[in-house]
Amino acid sequence: MASFREIQRKIGAVKKTKQITKAMNMGASAKLRGAQDRIERFRPYAEKYFEILSDLSARVDPGIHPLLEKREEIKNVGIILITSDKGLCGAFNSNLISKCNALARNKAAEGKEVQLICVGKKGYDFFRRRKQNIADSYREVMGSFDFQLANEIGTKVINRYLDQEMDEVHIVYSEFVSMVRQVPQAAQVLPVVQAEAPVEGGPQSEYLFEPSVEGLLAEILPRYIKVQVYRGLLDTSCSEHAARMTAMDNATRNCDEMVDQLTLAYNKARQAAITSELMDIVGGAEALR
Amino acid sequence: MANLIKLEIVTPDRNLLSEDVEYVGAPGVSGDFGVLHNHTPFLTALSIGSLFYKKDGRKYYVFVSGGFTEVTPTKVSVLAEVAEKAEEISLERARKAKERAEQRLQQERERIDYVRAKIALARAMQRMRVREEASSAGTISM
Repeated sequence: MASFREIQRKIGAVKKTKQITKAMNMGASAKLRGAQDRIERFRPYAEKYFEILSDLSARVDPGIHPLLEKREEIKNVGIILITSDKGLCGAFNSNLISKCNALARNKAAEGKEVQLICVGKKGYDFFRRRKQNIADSYREVMGSFDFQLANEIGTKVINRYLDQEMDEVHIVYSEFVSMVRQVPQAAQVLPVVQAEAPVEGGPQSEYLFEPSVEGLLAEILPRYIKVQVYRGLLDTSCSEHAARMTAMDNATRNCDEMVDQLTLAYNKARQAAITSELMDIVGGAEALR
Repeated sequence: MANLIKLEIVTPDRNLLSEDVEYVGAPGVSGDFGVLHNHTPFLTALSIGSLFYKKDGRKYYVFVSGGFTEVTPTKVSVLAEVAEKAEEISLERARKAKERAEQRLQQERERIDYVRAKIALARAMQRMRVREEASSAGTISM
């Protein structure tokens, strides 16, 4: 049995760990609230974009703009993978990575070259170790980012696409469903998927367009890509905090359990020590008689 | 006042404004345009510039950059990448940004940076303009 002192030290250590996990839980919950607010504020913007874009793109022939046109031969596939920078959030990152891996393997099986664009340190570290082809990486950005980051990523991706370095681009991010559910998602970003038909006809088809449908699309399409990227970033960061909260909550509970067990062991050890000491004394007294 | 039109300005980071106004003037890519109640539905891209609206006879100014506007008979929705009310603009910062952009314009001859500096310059100048217009309309205090 472990010695007395050792168990005592262990209890102290676990209690300190508990303090840390508890603090991290509270930190994550504060950040989560902020991230949720941002999603709320962004949603009307994204929805409007989507509405207008699907209305516009349904009116035109996909050949009209390079970002809409499906390429006949797809050789290079780009995947934007959004993960967190920090760990200690359960299976959050590994879920995202395996989603991305599955997609990459699928594409590779079809004989396509896969390039990754990693946002967040965890995804980058994983794929760099496995010698995956990483086109761009953005690390230590998930802590604080704004639309500018989405802008940067979007612009680069669009340029690569237009330069034929990539013929198709997907995004892998974590959708924030609820506090206890975060689902890794994969979606196609480029070429932009066209809606089947205008959302609903009626008065909407009476629009005047300035400068022209084509001119407007040229303005809106690149922005739409960025909106999608930003959405992915926001969702992922929200999911990250939620996942960390859950993970830290579990950790705190495990700490409690461990302290209980250790205390039990400690008491047993103490009892055993007292008993053996008592035996010694009794034995000594007996011998003296 | 009967014929009011709803003006909404949203950016990726916030809902800047949602108000019933009498008139909206905005900088479209092919020229400024004005919107009153019962305007024909239309859709246009925005350039960098100053948007204003009239409410209770006073003119309010907003700086907008990049995005587009959807107009329906009862509503104007502005989706801009950046939008700031006149009172939020820091003249100091705009002036500095303008100087920086001007410097860069003289040095940079490479195309991409040149274009970027030009855009930065336009933004700074438009911000300052918004400030000035708003203060001469008396809707902010300097």
